[in-house]
Amino acid sequence: MSAKGRSRVGDGPVFRPLLLTLVMLGAALLIVGPLAIIFVEAFKAGLGVYLSNLAAPDTVHAIGLTVLTALVAVPVNVAFGVAAVWAIAKFEFPGKGLLTALVELPFSISPIVAGVAYLFVYGAQGWFGPTLDALGIKVMFAYPAIVLASLFVTAPFVAREILPVMQQQGSDEEEAALSLGASGWRTLWSVTLPNVRWALLYGAVLTNARVMGEFGAVSVVSGSIRGVTNTLPLQIELLYQDYNAAGAFAAATVLAGIALLTIVAKLIVERMDPDRAG
Amino acid sequence: MPRTILPGFRLAMGCTLLYVGVIVLLPLAALVWQAADLGWARFVTVVTGDRALAAFRVTVFSALGATAINAVFGLALAWALVRYDFPGKRLLDALVDVPFALPTAVAGVALTALFAGNGWYGQFLEPLGIKVAYAPLGIVAAMTFTSLPFVVRSVQPVLEDLTADVEEAAETLGAGQARIFARVIFPAIFPAFLAGCSLAFARSLGEFGAVIFIAGNQPFRTEIAALLVFIRLEEYDYPAAAAIASVMLGAAFLMLLVVNAIQLWSLRWTRTAS
Repeated sequence: MSAKGRSRVGDGPVFRPLLLTLVMLGAALLIVGPLAIIFVEAFKAGLGVYLSNLAAPDTVHAIGLTVLTALVAVPVNVAFGVAAVWAIAKFEFPGKGLLTALVELPFSISPIVAGVAYLFVYGAQGWFGPTLDALGIKVMFAYPAIVLASLFVTAPFVAREILPVMQQQGSDEEEAALSLGASGWRTLWSVTLPNVRWALLYGAVLTNARVMGEFGAVSVVSGSIRGVTNTLPLQIELLYQDYNAAGAFAAATVLAGIALLTIVAKLIVERMDPDRAG
Repeated sequence: MPRTILPGFRLAMGCTLLYVGVIVLLPLAALVWQAADLGWARFVTVVTGDRALAAFRVTVFSALGATAINAVFGLALAWALVRYDFPGKRLLDALVDVPFALPTAVAGVALTALFAGNGWYGQFLEPLGIKVAYAPLGIVAAMTFTSLPFVVRSVQPVLEDLTADVEEAAETLGAGQARIFARVIFPAIFPAFLAGCSLAFARSLGEFGAVIFIAGNQPFRTEIAALLVFIRLEEYDYPAAAAIASVMLGAAFLMLLVVNAIQLWSLRWTRTAS
């Protein structure tokens, strides 16, 4: 049977333009609108005001703290993602499904719940809080808690990206490398990781974007001390509550820029790695 | 196939279990412990208090509204991206990821500015009597934005896999387009569609950053459950915060079960269909 000249469902002369118009309008209002207003509001008073807003000491400190958090959280979660996927994709063991579910668990938990949960471990009324306090170690409302909360919310990102790729590839190449006498670490470094490099890179980029943008979990555990434990998203909230909308939007452009770069990274990864396209 | 010649199982497994234990399970256990410490009677009193019930109601109904919007719009978006060719298609496909990449606090201030009385959207909506910013509709708008990609990204691959021959077969049997959609296409994408809707709903239930900027946060009217947890913490009422947070945790586990059940069902569904 020839399909020539036959229209598929939804290709009608009325339906198609109608649906496309609806979709374009919806995307413009719902996605482009919010993105556009961030930059319009930030630059409304001119470039000079924008730059001086960005250079406000508290905002600069917040940017530094956010970068510092990402510098720790991203490598740790990349290492964790690789370890978890090595165990899940390369070996058979009882409880594999459960372990996979556990690795993915943070994805479905509200960041607020995660933040509160950390309070009950390291806070003054928590399990370890009093002991750590007696030892002079401050976790809650300080940098360590910000890192811990960020680790929680982004734990699954790398694993989610590389698990399907590694499962699909199997272990033949690793077995060949091992039988040729390569060590386990060398096999991981020269065979496994290069094979998943694009997925790994994208997982790391996603982790970075989320760590830098995390708000709920960090707002519970950081204490939002101005110029001390205020990450960039918290700084945006503080400025906004102070009716300094221009300052808030200036700070927001930094995070919106990182979001746009993340999407560009995804497009590049899809182009480099045809398996992942679509 | 001897999969065992690969080394590193103990190391990888040990690291994974240690990490999951310390980073994920330990805090969740502490939260449940704290909530259990309240005792059943007080737990029930806290989570069925007027303000908590109102917050749960606001959260669930707003999440349902946002999911309904995303069900319709997400399906339309996926359909346009898979079935049609048009200028800007790649751009639109990339834009779908914006809500996931944009921090929720940034989304929150942006949406608030858009829907405020003098904002780009608010100036047209408020004369019509539609108040979005600092009103219940604002919560729906924020949740719609943050959970937008779920339905699109769930339905898209399944829709791509549908071949034309089934539709053609149905057409030669005399079915009209609406009938082909309802009887052939929709059943095929239904499990993925349902899974996407459940993910969107689950995400909306826990959303905090985007919502608190636009909601106005009035108790009983526009206060969501996550915000109430935060307020109880600031009042140093830790037991109440733990109780409400553990209800949210329970809801998250329930949604996780639902999504997994749908995915298992859809696997079986596609296997019997093919």
